Amino acid sequence: MYMKHENIISIEKLCFAIGGRKILHDVDLEVRKGEFIAILGPNGAGKSTLLKLLLGLLKPTKGSITLLGKPPRRGNSVIGYAPQHRVLEADLALRARDVVGFGLDGNQWGIGFPNKKRDEMIDKALDEVDALHFANAPVGHLSGGEQQRLLIAQALITNPQILLLDEPLSNLDIHHGQEIIALLVKLAKERQVSIMLVSHDVNPLLPVIDRVLFIANGQFAIGAPDKVLTTEILSKLYNTPIQVVRALDRIFVVGAEI
Amino acid sequence: MFELLHYSFIQNAFIAGSMVAVVAAIVGYFLLTRGLTFAGHALSHIGFAGAAGALVVGVDPVIGLLVFTISAGIGMGIMGKRLNERDITIGIIMTLMLGLGALFISLYSGYAEKAYSILFGTILGISVNDVFITAIFSVITIVGIICIFRPLLFSSFDEDVAEARGVPVRLLSVIFLVLVGITVSMSVQVVGVLLIFTLLVGPAATATRLVHQPLGAIVLSIILSLLYTWVGIFLAINGTWPVSFYISAISFVVYLPVRLLSKHEKRSDHHSASSSHQLSTP
Amino acid sequence: MIELFQQSFVQNAFWAGTIIAILAAVVGYFVVLRAQAFAAHALSHIGFAGATGAVLFGMSSLAGMFIFTILAAVGIGSLEKRIQGRDIEIGMILSFVLGLGVLFLRLYTNSASEAVGVLFGSILSVTSGDVVLTLIFGIGTLIALMVVFRPLLFASIDPEVAEARGVPVKFLSIFFMLLLAITVAESIQVVGVLLVFALLIAPAASAQHITRNPISSILLSIVFGLIFTWGGLLLAFTTRFPVSFYIATFAALTYFIVVNSCHFLTPHRSSPAKHAHGENGK
Repeated sequence: MYMKHENIISIEKLCFAIGGRKILHDVDLEVRKGEFIAILGPNGAGKSTLLKLLLGLLKPTKGSITLLGKPPRRGNSVIGYAPQHRVLEADLALRARDVVGFGLDGNQWGIGFPNKKRDEMIDKALDEVDALHFANAPVGHLSGGEQQRLLIAQALITNPQILLLDEPLSNLDIHHGQEIIALLVKLAKERQVSIMLVSHDVNPLLPVIDRVLFIANGQFAIGAPDKVLTTEILSKLYNTPIQVVRALDRIFVVGAEI
Repeated sequence: MFELLHYSFIQNAFIAGSMVAVVAAIVGYFLLTRGLTFAGHALSHIGFAGAAGALVVGVDPVIGLLVFTISAGIGMGIMGKRLNERDITIGIIMTLMLGLGALFISLYSGYAEKAYSILFGTILGISVNDVFITAIFSVITIVGIICIFRPLLFSSFDEDVAEARGVPVRLLSVIFLVLVGITVSMSVQVVGVLLIFTLLVGPAATATRLVHQPLGAIVLSIILSLLYTWVGIFLAINGTWPVSFYISAISFVVYLPVRLLSKHEKRSDHHSASSSHQLSTP
Repeated sequence: MIELFQQSFVQNAFWAGTIIAILAAVVGYFVVLRAQAFAAHALSHIGFAGATGAVLFGMSSLAGMFIFTILAAVGIGSLEKRIQGRDIEIGMILSFVLGLGVLFLRLYTNSASEAVGVLFGSILSVTSGDVVLTLIFGIGTLIALMVVFRPLLFASIDPEVAEARGVPVKFLSIFFMLLLAITVAESIQVVGVLLVFALLIAPAASAQHITRNPISSILLSIVFGLIFTWGGLLLAFTTRFPVSFYIATFAALTYFIVVNSCHFLTPHRSSPAKHAHGENGK
C-alpha cells in the first residue's frame, strides 16, 4: 500500500537467535518517513535487540533490514541513538556540552579543536532539550533526567532521519517528559524524522504515536494502538490470559508487565 | 623432612608464618568484599616507607610500619568516598609516603640491605622474640575483627542500609583500615611488605569464588592461606629461592583455574547471607 | 647554576624528564577518566618484573620493561571488556608479578641498590642514547594519542553510543592500554616503579578537579606535570635528596590542595529557569 521509496526502514522476515534462544522471529515491518512508533514488551523480549540490529551492532540470523535502501552499518549518521541511561559518576570530568558534542564528531579521528560553528550547533541541540542553562556544568552533577536530555540532544545533533530511543522517559519528571514528547512530535511532523521509541509505559505516548510494535516471546504485533493493545492480541503474544482495560483515558495491562 | 622441625629457626618460621597467614586471610576477606584491594596494596607500600623512616631515626622498623600504616589507614578511611576518587586518593597518599620512603633510603647508604629485607621478607631469620611480637599483634587484630564482625559484614555488603540502621559506617571504615595496617606491619617478617598483599588477596580471592557465604569463605581463606604459607616455607627451606616468590606463585596458580572455571558466578551471590535487599555492587 | 646545565647528564635528565612528564600527563588524563588507576599501577609493577627478568636473561632492563608491560597491557585490554571493577583480578596478577620480580632480583643480584634504582627511579643516570629513545617513543605516542583523541574520549565516556556511531571501542581499549604501557615504562625511568602515580595520575587528577573542559584539563595537566618534574630535578641537583621524593611530594601536595579547595572552582550552573530558552549557558 505504501510506495517503496517512502519507506525509511524496511524489515523483512527478520529472525534473531542467540544461544539457541529465539528472540525475534519472522518480524515484518515497514516504517514511513515521519512515523512515530512505540516499541513495547516485557523485559528481555527483544526490544533493545531490535534497536541494536537497526544500528548494525548485531547481525540478523535470518531475514533482512534496510535503512533508506541500504543495510544497517555502524556509524551511519542517518540514525540518531539515545540508549537507556545509566547514572554517571559525580566526579566525571566532562561538561554537558562535551557529551552532546560527541554526537557531532566523537567518532572522527583527531583532536577536534573547538570552533564557533561547532559550539553553535551544540548550543542549538542543548536548547532543543532545554539544557542550555547547564551547558557547562559537570555531567556527574546533573540529575538522571538532565543526563537523559543530554543523550537525546546528542542523538539529535546530526539531524538524523531516524531516531532510536531506548527508554528516554523513564528518568524524566512529567513536565520534562511532556516536553520531550512534544519535541519528538515536532521532529516527526515538521522534519519528517522516523522515530522508534522503546518504553515501558505507553500511556503518555498514546495521543502522539502512529503505531505500536509489541514484542513478546519471540512474536510481535504491529498496528495502531487500538488494534494492538487488546485483550486478544496480548493474550496471544504472552501465551497466557491478559486483560486490557481502558479507563480514565489510559490503557492498563493486567496480568503482565509491559 | 620432619627432622627439619627440630631446628628452632624453622619452628619460628612456621609458627610466625601461620599466625600471619590466619590474620591475613581473615582481614583479606573483608578487604576484598569492601573493594579495598588497591588500598591493601598501597598500605603495604606505605608500611615500607614507614619502616625505612624508622631505620633512619634508629627505631625498630615495626614501629615505623605501624605509625605510617595506621595514619595512612585513618586518612583513607576518612577521605574514602566513591570508587574512582577513592583509588586516586589512596594512590596519592601512597605516593606521598613512598616519596618519603625514597628520601629515607637515600639518607643512609649503609642500610639498603635492611630495607631490602623489609621489602622481601626474612622468614627464615626470625627470633623467638619476633614470634612473640607477632603473636601479640595477631591476637589484637583477631580480637578487633571479632568485635566489629557483624557490623563490618553488614556495612561491607550494604553500606546504605547499614548506615540507616545505625551502623557507624565511617568509623568502621577507619577501624578496619587500621587493622589492615597492623596486619601489614606484622607480616613484614614472613613475606616482606611488598608481598603481604599476596596473603591478603590470594586466599580470599580464591575462597570467595568457591564459597558464597561469609563464614565459609573466611574458613576456606584461612585454610588456603595456611597451606600456601607452609608449602612456601617448606620449598624455600629446601631451595634458594625466596619464600615470597613461592607463596605468590602458589597463590596465583591456585587462583587461576578457579577464576577461569567459575566464570559465571556473580559477586552479588554473596549478599544472600546478610540481607535480602537489592544491593548495589561494590 | 649555569655550569650545572652544561653537564650532559643534567641535560639528559631534563630532556627525558620533560618528554615523559608531558606524555604521562596526557595519557594520565585518560587513565583518570577511564578509572584505570589501579591497572596503571599494576602495569608499573609488571614493568618491574620485566626489568629484573630481562637483566637475568642478559637483555637491557629497559627493553625487558617495555616488552613485559606492552604484552601485559594488550593482554589485559583484550581479555576484559571493562577494567574497572576488576581490581581483584588485577591484584592477583600484581602479586604474582611482584613475586616474579622478587625472584629475578634475588637470582640476578643480591645488590639492593640496583633494586632501589628500578623501584625509585634513575633519571640521573639517563644516557643520551636513552634520551633519543625516549624522545622517539614519547613523540610517537603523543601523536598516536592525538589521532585517536576524539573517539577515545567518546568511547571512554559512553561506549554504547560510541559503538553505535562507528567508533571501534574494543580496538581503542587495547590500543590505549598499549599507549599506557609505553608511558608507564617511560615514567619508571624518572620516578621508578613505585611512584608512577606521581607523574601519571596526580597531574591529571588535579587538573580534572579544576576544570571539566577536556582541552583545558589536558593542558593544565601538562603544566602540573612539568612543574613537578622540573622542580624535582632542580631541587635534586641542588640538594642531596632524590628526584622522586620531590616529584612525589609536589604531586601529592598539589592534589590535596586542589581537592580541598575545589568547591570554589567548579562552575555553577545558572538558575534552571524553566522556560528561559533564550538564556545562554554561563
